[in-house]
Amino acid sequence: MHIVVVGLSHKTAPVEIREKLAVPESRLGEALNRLCGYSGIKEGMLLSTCNRVEVYAVVEELEAGYSRIQEFLADAHLSVSSEQLTPHLYWQTGDRAVAHLFRVACSLDSMVVGESQILGQVKDAFEMALTHKTTGLILNKVVKKAITVAKRVRTDTRIAETAVSVSYAAVELAKKIFSDLRDKTVLLVGAGEMAKLAARHFIASGVRHVRVTTRTPQHAVALADRFSGTAVPFEQFREEMAAADIVLVSTGAAHYLVGSDDVQRAVKQRMNRPMFLIDISVPRNIDPAVRHVDNAFLFDIDDLKFRVEQNRGGRLQEAEQA
Amino acid sequence: MAAVFFMVTMALYFAATVSFLALLVRRADALSTFSLTITAVGFATHTVALVTRMLTGPGASSPSIHEALSFFSWMLILVFLAVEFRHRLHVLGSFIVPLALVSLVSAAALPDTVPTLQPVFRTLWVHVTLSMLGTVGFAVAFVAGVMYLIQDGLLKSKRFNVLYSKLPALDFLDDLNQQSIVLGFPLLTLGIITGAISAEFARGSYVNWNPEQTWALVTWLFYFVVLVGRLTVGWRAKRAAYLTIIGFAGVVLTLIGVAIKSFGSVS
Repeated sequence: MHIVVVGLSHKTAPVEIREKLAVPESRLGEALNRLCGYSGIKEGMLLSTCNRVEVYAVVEELEAGYSRIQEFLADAHLSVSSEQLTPHLYWQTGDRAVAHLFRVACSLDSMVVGESQILGQVKDAFEMALTHKTTGLILNKVVKKAITVAKRVRTDTRIAETAVSVSYAAVELAKKIFSDLRDKTVLLVGAGEMAKLAARHFIASGVRHVRVTTRTPQHAVALADRFSGTAVPFEQFREEMAAADIVLVSTGAAHYLVGSDDVQRAVKQRMNRPMFLIDISVPRNIDPAVRHVDNAFLFDIDDLKFRVEQNRGGRLQEAEQA
Repeated sequence: MAAVFFMVTMALYFAATVSFLALLVRRADALSTFSLTITAVGFATHTVALVTRMLTGPGASSPSIHEALSFFSWMLILVFLAVEFRHRLHVLGSFIVPLALVSLVSAAALPDTVPTLQPVFRTLWVHVTLSMLGTVGFAVAFVAGVMYLIQDGLLKSKRFNVLYSKLPALDFLDDLNQQSIVLGFPLLTLGIITGAISAEFARGSYVNWNPEQTWALVTWLFYFVVLVGRLTVGWRAKRAAYLTIIGFAGVVLTLIGVAIKSFGSVS
């Protein structure tokens, strides 16, 4: 018996491959059953997020197990052949597979190290596997342990601060554009965890007007309620952008939702009042060409992280000075 | 007496300029306290120099370009101290104090003997004061514009250096730019009107289209367009910053014209 992980993540595969392999929640059960239908696969769990697709399994024979899982991954998607897939995959077994799961659950392997979403996603994947009875003694024990450790890591270490400090960096940057945030309007596009956190930070810093838009209107209404804001139909959000001083974008879309033209038009409608655009989506949802639009200031997740690093460096320097 | 205070002021503004420029690249609370203190002391000696000269000197009835520039420099420092007092904006000093120093050094370099004019020129004080107050407004708009472009550039290129952390928010600088022009423009307008009236008394004609007057009118027209553009079609932010920098170049050219004329009238 071997415990293995086979998968790909933002570190090994471009978004074009990731999005093809991602398994929608509605089809997870079916996929799990199919996985465990392969001979030699004793237990299985499938973790599918926008940044990774991973199969955790217990197999009888290592080599055969690896190829079965690879077959399973390629099989689900007629558009991706096994050969296309291989260069993006990683395989681990035994201790190293377990260590990988722990790293993932603790958000050490995440694109934004310390983000809180991944732990929930691991829990969901595990529950889904439990529901379909595809896990057994070994995986149950390992995954439960990983979840417990990840929880402890969150509470005992400062890892989660990075995600928090990214939101903080966004607010701090906004204050270099707008001296008073109280009369400013935030438009939240999409409902990613990071964006919601950032929106909360903006509200805490005095922003009173929040508008929310998501692809699912009910979702937007619910979110708007939580932020005492208003929901905006998704189809119209580009036109609504002119009314927003701060635009926070974080959707699962794999393409640019906001282009240069949209921003240029918004800035013009705003009579050249500056706009602050934050793109927390991966892949990015705002065309990077927006950087060249006058009076529009676009920052993506890398820019914010860079700012966080700098803040940290600055604090170290100040500590040394003291 | 006035000359001594004037020289002391110049030395203090020089020291303040050096220490304010150092503040652009260094983070040091002691340095900003020092800069502010010597600027404030310099402002006090400057005030004494101006008052004694007004009471005793020849400038009382018809001021020369020397007095105009010295007054301009004094007003700049006054505006800076006022903004500093309200907003604690040390970095503004790094831009305004050097400008005040340049203006004061130019004043020192220019003849302070007033060319003899007819006694009817008593209204000239009003003309010079108003024009200089208007010019102070444009100078502050210019400084706000320069600071705006720097901060805009730092944000766009994501260079979060010491200067970035010291410069205020973009919309604050844009507001400062707008307020300075909204205040400066009517003052300059009145300055030009009183100047024309003085000229009418002295020479019998409101304008004689010398280069200095022409430039003054061109500058006035330029700021008029800038102000109207700003209030109607949204010429704010980056565009306003560029326009006020160009406009101030016009103001400086006008002053150079006046300075050349005053050299001419001395010889």
